[in-house]
Amino acid sequence: MTKEETAGLETAAKEIRKRTIDAIGFLGVGHIGGALSIADLLAVLYFRAMRVDPAEPRMASRDRLVLSKGHAGPALYGTLALKGFFPEEWLHTLNKGGTNLPSHCDRNKTPGIDMTTGSLGQGISAACGIAYANRMDARDVFTFAIIGDGESDEGMVWEAAMFASHYKLDRLVAFTDNNRMQIDGTTAEIMGLDSPGSDFVAKWAAFGWAAERVPGHDVEAIAAAIDRAKARAAASVANGSVGGGKPTMLILDTVKGKGAAFCEGQVGSHNMNFDYETAKKAIAELG
Amino acid sequence: MATKEMRAVYAETLMELAAKDPRIMVVEADLMKATGTTGFKAAFPERAVNAGVAEANMVGVAAGLAAEGKVPFAATFGCFASRRAFDQFFLSCAYAKLPVKLVGTDPGVSAAFNGGTHMPFEDIGIMRNVPGLDIVEPSDPVSLKGLVQALAVSGRPAYLRLHRKAIEPIYKEGETFELGKGKLLREGKDLVIVALGGIMVAEALKAAALLAADGIEAAVIDALCAKPIDAGLIMDWARRTGAVLTAENHQAATGLGAAVAILLAEEGGVSFARIGIKDEFGEVGTQDWLLGHFGLTAAHVAGGAKALVAKRK
Ligand SMILES: Cc1ncc(C[n+]2csc(CCOP(=O)(O)OP(=O)(O)O)c2C)c(N)n1
Ligand SMILES: [Mg+2]
Repeated sequence: MTKEETAGLETAAKEIRKRTIDAIGFLGVGHIGGALSIADLLAVLYFRAMRVDPAEPRMASRDRLVLSKGHAGPALYGTLALKGFFPEEWLHTLNKGGTNLPSHCDRNKTPGIDMTTGSLGQGISAACGIAYANRMDARDVFTFAIIGDGESDEGMVWEAAMFASHYKLDRLVAFTDNNRMQIDGTTAEIMGLDSPGSDFVAKWAAFGWAAERVPGHDVEAIAAAIDRAKARAAASVANGSVGGGKPTMLILDTVKGKGAAFCEGQVGSHNMNFDYETAKKAIAELG
Repeated sequence: MATKEMRAVYAETLMELAAKDPRIMVVEADLMKATGTTGFKAAFPERAVNAGVAEANMVGVAAGLAAEGKVPFAATFGCFASRRAFDQFFLSCAYAKLPVKLVGTDPGVSAAFNGGTHMPFEDIGIMRNVPGLDIVEPSDPVSLKGLVQALAVSGRPAYLRLHRKAIEPIYKEGETFELGKGKLLREGKDLVIVALGGIMVAEALKAAALLAADGIEAAVIDALCAKPIDAGLIMDWARRTGAVLTAENHQAATGLGAAVAILLAEEGGVSFARIGIKDEFGEVGTQDWLLGHFGLTAAHVAGGAKALVAKRK
């Protein structure tokens, strides 16, 4: 990746953060922490890795994204607005009665949203179905899915893990936003799934996925890991077994609330009240 | 009792009970902060179990705790308590006759900014399918306290529909409550409004005041329980007035409205209408906006009452 490209993705991530903080701050309350921790990933996905067309949000040949941790919707809305899927002014309608931008993702309300989510665990299963159907219908597209580390407590996540590897869904590339926090505390306190000796990489690998750990705020590292996943998928075509490889899980080590001093690294950032002045200050600090 | 966050009343009541009854436990699924039981955990660390974001496992674990003699109150948002863990609750708890108290928080429009994915309009309807289940929705802090006390010693499984936000008291301290019993809050000769829960009982009382200004005298019953409903009290006032209007923050087709409709159809001779969600999904917005959008305000209740009285048999 060229220096210019890296800088471009970093700028996109910053712009996504600004829009996310602005939208939630304008309303005064929302899931700021888990939204900010995926901003760098969303920048890489929408400004490099994914084939999408804002003019044709349901284009058949697009790559899909399921934001299984649906409460991070505002970060995705910031991304989609930046990408031109809908007017930027919509961001100030977040959660207002009659809005197209509800707190949790809704495929029927927002252009560019591929799946309705909010009940944790369900999105990753839907992503399996989406990947399966696209392979069935001979569309060479990727399905991306983002789950939370707390969300991974759900048994359903591991049922999906079995399914994807059994059906060799190698065009399914999933990410765990490993910000080490859920609502009631750190994941280490509540349900330690990423503990030494039995960490996320070992778990996903044991379920038959190609799994690796990636620094989650490093756009270059994220982009390179996605490239490797795509190369594995391409190799399975080359050796004559379309879709015969492993699904990919990238464990992104992230920080909850990343990029906004008022909430960064705080468990309390999960669903936080903050006023518009606080938001404006945080946006100014991003530069 | 002063106006108080319902979750604070819930947690305090459980802590009072737990101090005397070592069987009382809370089981949570990463929403302990939302349910308000962090104080319970501080006081009784071993008796507060957090299963993480894993509702099915939480309910299964609660069943096991109950099988060994504990009385677990297992809580999550009402949408997930009913929809996500129904088989576990039905089988491991109810069918197995184990006294797990499943607590579904943020009923109906009170889910507000969490939006349609989190807005249970169907939890009572789902739970009404469980044979012999007590389904309780307290209307204020006093009834919440009384009914949690009743649930703790009932020896049966139950579903408690719990508001988290602050609600003004309707009852005076010391009022007593019984599972399966409603309360008459206001007499009236023209119709009876049977209301359920922390929002709709208050709206029904406001509606009765609006109606009185128009010369219509509405009786108001606080149902308190959606299963079993208080058939004696409801039929008494149905016969006295000849017209029954139900009001609930839930699908009118499957919740209290359905339960009362069945009662009236079997008993006969009374005009009937329902205020509630009309076969719709939830949406995002403020609670006030949602009340207006879904037709649950006092004005809607009063409008429904007028239409009903006008066409009374
Ligand atoms: C099935 C289900 N149970 C509970 C919730 C409530 N809830 C929303 S977010 C959350 C914690 C999720 O933690 P994590 O996945 O780590 O989210 P992040 O840190 O990325 O924000 C919970 C319990 C939910 N949305 N869905
Ligand atoms: Mg997390």
